[in-house]
Amino acid sequence: MSAAPPLVMSSGRAGRALLGLLALAVVVFLVFPVFVIIPISFSGSSFLTFPPESLSLQWYEKFLSRADWLEATWLSLWVAALVTVLATVLGTAAAFGVVRGRFPGQKLVVAFLLSPLIVPGIIVAIAVYFFYARLGIVGSPVAIAVAHTALAVPFVVVNVSAVLHGFDTRLEQAAQNLGAGTWTTFRLVTFPLIRPGVFAGGLFAFITSFDELIVALFITAPGHVTLPARMWESMRNEIDPTIAAVSTLEIVLSVALFFVAGRLQARAAERGA
Amino acid sequence: MSALAEPMAAAPPRRAGAAWRKPGLLVLPLLAFLAVFYLVPVLMMLSRASGPALDFAPVQAALTSGVAAQVFWITLKVAVITTLATLVLGYPLALFTAIAPPWLSRLLLAAVMIPFWSSILVRSYAWMVLLGRQGMVNEALIGLGLIETPMRLLNTSFAVYVGMIHILLPFMVLPIYATMKGIDGRLVWAAENLGAGALSVLRFVILPLSLPGVFAGVLVVFILCLGFYVTPALLGGPGDLMASMLIAQEVDLYNWDLASAYAAVLLVVTLLIVAAFSRLLSLDRVMGAGR
Repeated sequence: MSAAPPLVMSSGRAGRALLGLLALAVVVFLVFPVFVIIPISFSGSSFLTFPPESLSLQWYEKFLSRADWLEATWLSLWVAALVTVLATVLGTAAAFGVVRGRFPGQKLVVAFLLSPLIVPGIIVAIAVYFFYARLGIVGSPVAIAVAHTALAVPFVVVNVSAVLHGFDTRLEQAAQNLGAGTWTTFRLVTFPLIRPGVFAGGLFAFITSFDELIVALFITAPGHVTLPARMWESMRNEIDPTIAAVSTLEIVLSVALFFVAGRLQARAAERGA
Repeated sequence: MSALAEPMAAAPPRRAGAAWRKPGLLVLPLLAFLAVFYLVPVLMMLSRASGPALDFAPVQAALTSGVAAQVFWITLKVAVITTLATLVLGYPLALFTAIAPPWLSRLLLAAVMIPFWSSILVRSYAWMVLLGRQGMVNEALIGLGLIETPMRLLNTSFAVYVGMIHILLPFMVLPIYATMKGIDGRLVWAAENLGAGALSVLRFVILPLSLPGVFAGVLVVFILCLGFYVTPALLGGPGDLMASMLIAQEVDLYNWDLASAYAAVLLVVTLLIVAAFSRLLSLDRVMGAGR
């Protein structure tokens, strides 16, 4: 939050208009496909026509009445909830260690903790699949959550590190000078201040697991798959608007999470400053 | 949202707080977790690539296979073209977002972030719907009189490019935007006062100062391209086999050693690129701007 004035270009009005048009075109390209699914999900026919010729809720009804879809949804929610808890606890502690600690090989450790962000998904997927196959735990919901946690935890580390970087440690010293112990200081001073970063990280962890497909394709048991894996099956066989209905629900969830995360990160930025 | 891109300025120097004498130890639980459930599985998988006789036969097979050479060539081509396309489309959007008034800038950022937050699967599905034979794109082209019969768009390389560019564009826009937001507006001001036109300002001030964001975006998009699986599998045709799909195929055929060898090659290529350019890649910058 430097005092430097923001970027303003006062010249080149025509150029700016052209730039604006270009930006608008790119934005339409980005947003349109996401929202085009919504009307299709209310289609009265089983063809993927746009705009739909008649309206109905049949695809939502189909989604909500089919045991396999519902089971996949519950599995995904349960796995994502477990991932959120695991990744938030492990990631928050690690962020403290990385930001406040000094130890040999620190850079390498940080690179390792964040590496799941860049290692191709298929590599993690088959590695975990071979590993779980040997242990005989392919298909276990907890095992799926454990694999997803590795992929989700970097988001927690990054978000919590961000708030910790701007953290004024004098507040903790003040609490301790006033007689608060380590745990009390953490509970009453540290945690309330870093909470937006922790929650934002948790949210990222949740959505990472909830949307994860590649690892799930390999380590879920046939007939007991996560929601993305169920959608994948459906997309490769019968393409009917049920997926549009599921996708619409996912889009609504994404938009909601986006706004929550935006607020949290804004608050984290305020506190970090 | 720029919490991570912002260097910490105001806070006093961090001290190892009295709360924990060795705060570094707090990294251990996660380190142990990742070692067991991530590092060990990957290393065990990689060790398969040496083959049962430890003669690295699978790696040799992978490196000499004609199919693999073709697949890695396709993967590289897709990665280069997608990266360039996202840069060409993303840079103007990032620039306009950076210089737009705050309300418009917020709106544009939301337009970039909402697709970013929705799943790759949902977005690939959207393109299946749009590019299908009776899809909107074909209908629109027929309606405009440009074509008479529907074109085959789905299950082509074109569809793969469109889908991948759509999914990866935010990874290009966000770091470039974050870097541009950090440019001191007074520099533009000074240039303008000295008589520079818009193009000169762009060429001599904004472009050079936004390069770190460009490098970060290019690197991230390129690396993510190398590992793409879902989008090419759903939107591409038989000729669009990418590295990840080849690996999955070999696993399905129970050629686990060969699959591991391919995976080893893909991993080594990815890590070499990251290592070579790691100074340019600030994961904080990329991920801090969003997901």
